[in-house]
Amino acid sequence: MSTRLANHGRLINRSKAIKFTFNGKVMTGFEGDSLAASLLANDQMLMGRSFKYHRPRGVVASGGEEPNALMNLGAEGHFEPNARATTTETFGGLTATSQNHFPSLEFDVGAINSKLARFLPAGFYYKMFIHPRSFWKHVYEPIIRKSAGLGKAPKARDSDKYEHYYHFCEVMIVGGGIAGLQAAKSAAATGVRVLLVEQTAHWGGRAPVDGATIDGISAEDWVHETVVALSACENVVIRHRTQGAGVYDHGYALAYERIADHTPGDGRPRHRLWRVRCKQIITATGAIERPLSFAGNDIPGVMLASAVRDYVVNYAVSPGDRTVVVTNNDDAYRTALRLKKAGLDVPVILDARAEGGGVLMAEAIAVGIRVELGRGIAKVIGSKRVTGVQICAQAGEGAVLEEIGCDVVAMSGGWSPVVHLWSHCGGKLFWDVDQAMFRPDPDKPPLGIDGAGFVRVAGLANGHLRSASCMVDAAIQGTAAAYNATGKVKKIKTAEAEDAEEVPLSPVWLMPQGASYKLRSKAWLDFQNDVKVSDVQLAAQEGFESVEHAKRYTTLGMATDQGKLSNINGLAVLSKALNADIPDVGTTTFRPPYTPISMASLAGEARGELFQPIRKTAMHEWHDDHGADWEPVGGWRRPYAYLQSGETTDQAVWREVINTREKLGLLDASTLGKIVVKGPDAGKFLDMMYTNMMSNLKLGRCRYGLMCSENGFLSDDGVVARIDDQTWLCHTTSGGADRIHAHMEEWLQTEWWDWQVWVVNITEELAQVAVVGPNSRKVLEKLGGMQVSADALPFMAWADGEIGGITCRAYRISFSGELSYEIAVPASRGLEFWEMLVEAGAEFGVMPYGTECLHIMRAEKGFIMIGDETDGTVIPQDLGLGWAISKKKEDFLGKRAQQRPFMDNPNRWQLVGLETLDGSVLEDGSYAIAKGQNANGQTNTEGRVTSTYHSPTLGKGIAMGLVHNGPDRMGEVLSFTKIGAPPVKAKIVSPVFYDPEGEKPNA
Amino acid sequence: MKRNSVFAVAREAMRQHSGWRRTWANPEPKKSYDVIIIGAGGHGLATAYYLGKNFGITNVAVIEKGWLGGGNTGRNTTIIRSNYLQDPSAAIYEKARSLYETLSQDLNYNVMFSPRGVMMLAQTQHEIRGYQRTSHANSLQGVKTEFISPARVKELCPIMNIDGPRYPVLGAHWQPRGGSARHDAVAWGYARACSDMGMHILQKTEVTGINQQGGNVTGVDTSRGHISCKKLGMVVAGHASVVADMAGFQLPIESVPLQALVSEPIKPCMDVVVMANTVHGYMSQSDKGEMVIGGGTDAYNAYTQRGSFHHLEETVRALIETFPMVSRLKMLRHWGGIVDVTGDRSPILSKTPLGNTFINCGWGTGGFKAIPGSGWGFAELMAKGESPLTADFGLDRFRAGRFIDESVAAGVAH
Amino acid sequence: MLILNCPYCGRDKDETELAAGGEAHLTRFGPGSSDQDFEGYLFGRANPKGLHFERWRCAAGCGKWFHAARCTATLEVFGTYKAQTLEPPRVIKDAITAKRPGWSWRNFS
Repeated sequence: MSTRLANHGRLINRSKAIKFTFNGKVMTGFEGDSLAASLLANDQMLMGRSFKYHRPRGVVASGGEEPNALMNLGAEGHFEPNARATTTETFGGLTATSQNHFPSLEFDVGAINSKLARFLPAGFYYKMFIHPRSFWKHVYEPIIRKSAGLGKAPKARDSDKYEHYYHFCEVMIVGGGIAGLQAAKSAAATGVRVLLVEQTAHWGGRAPVDGATIDGISAEDWVHETVVALSACENVVIRHRTQGAGVYDHGYALAYERIADHTPGDGRPRHRLWRVRCKQIITATGAIERPLSFAGNDIPGVMLASAVRDYVVNYAVSPGDRTVVVTNNDDAYRTALRLKKAGLDVPVILDARAEGGGVLMAEAIAVGIRVELGRGIAKVIGSKRVTGVQICAQAGEGAVLEEIGCDVVAMSGGWSPVVHLWSHCGGKLFWDVDQAMFRPDPDKPPLGIDGAGFVRVAGLANGHLRSASCMVDAAIQGTAAAYNATGKVKKIKTAEAEDAEEVPLSPVWLMPQGASYKLRSKAWLDFQNDVKVSDVQLAAQEGFESVEHAKRYTTLGMATDQGKLSNINGLAVLSKALNADIPDVGTTTFRPPYTPISMASLAGEARGELFQPIRKTAMHEWHDDHGADWEPVGGWRRPYAYLQSGETTDQAVWREVINTREKLGLLDASTLGKIVVKGPDAGKFLDMMYTNMMSNLKLGRCRYGLMCSENGFLSDDGVVARIDDQTWLCHTTSGGADRIHAHMEEWLQTEWWDWQVWVVNITEELAQVAVVGPNSRKVLEKLGGMQVSADALPFMAWADGEIGGITCRAYRISFSGELSYEIAVPASRGLEFWEMLVEAGAEFGVMPYGTECLHIMRAEKGFIMIGDETDGTVIPQDLGLGWAISKKKEDFLGKRAQQRPFMDNPNRWQLVGLETLDGSVLEDGSYAIAKGQNANGQTNTEGRVTSTYHSPTLGKGIAMGLVHNGPDRMGEVLSFTKIGAPPVKAKIVSPVFYDPEGEKPNA
Repeated sequence: MKRNSVFAVAREAMRQHSGWRRTWANPEPKKSYDVIIIGAGGHGLATAYYLGKNFGITNVAVIEKGWLGGGNTGRNTTIIRSNYLQDPSAAIYEKARSLYETLSQDLNYNVMFSPRGVMMLAQTQHEIRGYQRTSHANSLQGVKTEFISPARVKELCPIMNIDGPRYPVLGAHWQPRGGSARHDAVAWGYARACSDMGMHILQKTEVTGINQQGGNVTGVDTSRGHISCKKLGMVVAGHASVVADMAGFQLPIESVPLQALVSEPIKPCMDVVVMANTVHGYMSQSDKGEMVIGGGTDAYNAYTQRGSFHHLEETVRALIETFPMVSRLKMLRHWGGIVDVTGDRSPILSKTPLGNTFINCGWGTGGFKAIPGSGWGFAELMAKGESPLTADFGLDRFRAGRFIDESVAAGVAH
Repeated sequence: MLILNCPYCGRDKDETELAAGGEAHLTRFGPGSSDQDFEGYLFGRANPKGLHFERWRCAAGCGKWFHAARCTATLEVFGTYKAQTLEPPRVIKDAITAKRPGWSWRNFS
């Protein structure tokens, strides 16, 4: 059984016992425990079920590489699926449940898949479930989906908060082991700004567990001293519980700080995403131990040798009473020695190497541990827990020599440097034959902004397995990184480390090397996704020779651990099957993040109200207080209509139209863009920007203008006012101001940079109110101030002045077809002006109106709306706006484009009005049906509806549309589509439905 | 090639799966072929397949510089739909979608086409009108779609928050027979079928030059030597400009990274594909249980298969507004592909200035869903010199100003 | 995540502070130009895998447009310069030559 040992435990605080629950059962752990350690201490080796076969799964590792021990953690707004027990810190009140089983962890009906495993090899689903056709969607797929999927789907809204943090430094170091610490010391000595992050809650990495001596003191003490020293440096920032998650171009890196995962509800943000910009990155990310591939290596109780050691040393947890160690290297002997020292039984060490190891082996023999050379495991015995192993010759085919009872197997297949961060941005690897590992190729680093490498690797991650060379390498990398970042050099003494001599490992990719199919089909490579040696061999047999093909075909390395344990072993099996060398087969691409990071941390603070802050006009709150039914328009909100009590939206719109036409309406037009164009060449410039002539616009006058893209399409419209000799004010569509301002700047700066023109976007400086309706002049005259009479301020004129004591600019323009003024006042006085109008207008029947009323009134007048009548494919000529296209100008944006054959064509779809024969309203987006079908069997069309409304003024449906040769077909009746109903007949009419002579705005 | 079936799997299970043969052959290049296709992605392989199946042209080589299906075919978010606005788009995407319906049976390879339904959310009044227009267009194009209410949206996708503070869901454009498929299997299934017909798929073979004589193509130089051909098809997506440059012409194309990400797998919670174009995010759940999430493209040209991180932040932020539960998931992995974006955002399937040379590119962010239709039409174009499916997608449209602009409806991402 | 130095601000700007504007040094063709020239101006793009001259705007900074010479394969930046020029300045050309001898781009080399 697994249990808590009576003494020691490097990371735990025995004085602080903690209660938590696992699958509803209350358990006890200690402060400092990982959840996996706490579970083992409670004899809970079985922690989950695998993805495909639902095989029982125990914890196999002790860190972020863990593929098996995944938990549903917490509840409600704090729930998290797929949390690794090995990287979850145990805290009081923690609740965890195991995943992917029904009805229980102990008894899972899904495990039937395991019995059927021979029918479910790699890629089985590509070859099956083909017939009958409908069964995939309705029968097979639901079953497969349900049996896959691991953790539960969260349901409640996230109760935690998250934040983003920007950090700038010269050197970022990832990994707080002895190499990272030494690299930080060396870099920091030059005075550069250093950031050092460590993903766990503890500094020092493996060294304190493995027992090196550094500068004559224990690694533990050296780490402590160094952390204290670094913390005191002003130019150094160090953070634990912070993972270097990803490396991106030009020295951008992500660090993922888990601030409060272990203290939920304490008010702090749960996670903080560091967006780091640095000159140089050093990844001192260590290495991950490789499993060995033997039959039954997935049975709970089979663990990495280093993990077994970690649990004993760090948490005083014994994974089992009797541990068989199986290895191809010296390092695993340390595990045997630590177990022995803790008083636990190690019945045998199986060393696959015929010659065995060095001093560590000698030490093991000296303390009385039986060591068998050239031996391996033929098969592990057990189902939900290891009960023993069958021993065989590594060189053989698996003939059983002996069976030994045990409850843990500690395996070590050597070490793989963690090269992920090196590779994220394109760093290449080479295969180190002697150490059987991929190492960063220093000649092919990720390239930075200057074309030189910006990532370095230090220590174990760089292939330095021994502490001494690890420290030397770290110092070199730290010094070099600081030098590359700033040109500064300062060398300091490198810490001298000592540890036991080791003899080289002997690569073992399959145990025994001649294992039969039966054994190979039980030898796991990917524990979570259930990929076995036989699956990779099958992939090779079926021609999936590229490592990417094999990975995708078998799903090797695609689980939540992203193949941290399985990739190299799988690659070696594939290489062997292809009779190729490992480096010739290559590796898959390493993608960020290093281990999964919360989606919430990516979003940061920008959630809910802060997701996209709303732009507000000066009158926004007033609208909100007066029943505004909001509509998003660009970054703004505009009232769609103002609902009075008991009204539907349609009723409100109807009321607003009638009231504005008959009495007085107010529209908050502040969102209209307002851009000042000024300078000696401003007229010439506007003549290029607009299709109309603007340079000859008279002072004090307004002109409706059209803007096209260089591609000829109509992109914006608005009224332009000539302010003085060198100044024009251009109105744009709502939400169009930023775009048009940028558009003008672009042309000025990149094409006509010698023209003297200045462009300023003053949209937010002004509040603008449209005062509309037959009573509009009355209310303005009542407020008093400037002259607004027909003579003093005629239609399409503007004037500066004061109304009701507020400085303003009044434009006599109309988008409604009524007598109308648009009054611009300083934004700071917008609300005051609006309220003044509302109060003064009471006797004239004033009501505010929203965007829908605006749209209806303009449609009744046949005015186009950018975004309705235009869609990016419409040119002004299509809209009967030929009058606004200057014939005199040699050039304007879009002119050349409009001369292309497809555009300079009389047979285009053109703007008309449409009236249904029965008075009904045509559907939005409805198409006019033409005769016959095209070559692809689609029904032909001859027009479409662009705007359609029920007109309160006319009491019937009206529409605008683009119809093939429309203006030449007045009176013709077309058939328009209606969803789910027969087509609707509509007659082509003039698009101007209301006041066709245009008398009202001129009143 | 042995037929795939449950019986075949059962038979092999009894003999340790020793009877499975290579899925596609790995031949030495011949000196010459009738047709060479550059690019063994989905589009290239599908082109070869329909050249053989529909026109009996099987002396074909598909040349691939890396591994087949290793470009955008193997790195997209696998959405299949045909609810396009413009007639030419709807025609080719619907052809593709309808071929997907029976592709597993045609290829005898399960591509896991899952017509679970695709919805495109309307989150502004403008989008509502745009999608209503598309619904009308679809009704005449033979594409079955409808505009559905917020209540129906919620019913189809219960994890969605339809009352978001910034962009409430006002409805959706719904294509019930849209869905997804297993992207790798599409490439593998086509490759297997092509290989079966005797075509050569030449992987790890890089085209380094294009030979011509008298204005017509004569062959290609490759890393494995010169290979002659009578006709050449270029189907290389993000690298279209690079290959066109070898043939001496320029394209209206820019190559930009597009990113995607997946969460860790969770139990089934979402049975439809959702696209939210106002906030530039789309999401579905794979059969493995991962939430598959796609976002926008980078704004600058690049050939790196990785994008800028801030796009992911923007995508995830937007999705969390619409799907609050995403907040508690973890991002497992993110990656990028190089997409080829044309001047009007629609693809090019066309003859080229070089005789007997054809190009299929410009699918931008929307190529996967088109693979069978693109292959069908492009094969017809290559075999007969014209195809109704490709007629409107010629290179000449840019000079004439005759664009196929799909963004008109509602700024739709593909 | 690019960093480009804005030649107006003189500051290193994060990509999120900038707006990309596509290929640089395109010659505008207006009325009177041939169909071919006009098409090339609007749509013909070099789109190379390698050296690229491109336009950027210091959107969240000074608002000015500038040009960058950048490699689209490695993202190496050879230099940035003000947009008010018809061709890359000598110093930029030299900087590129130092890294990529023999380079050429349309009519420049």
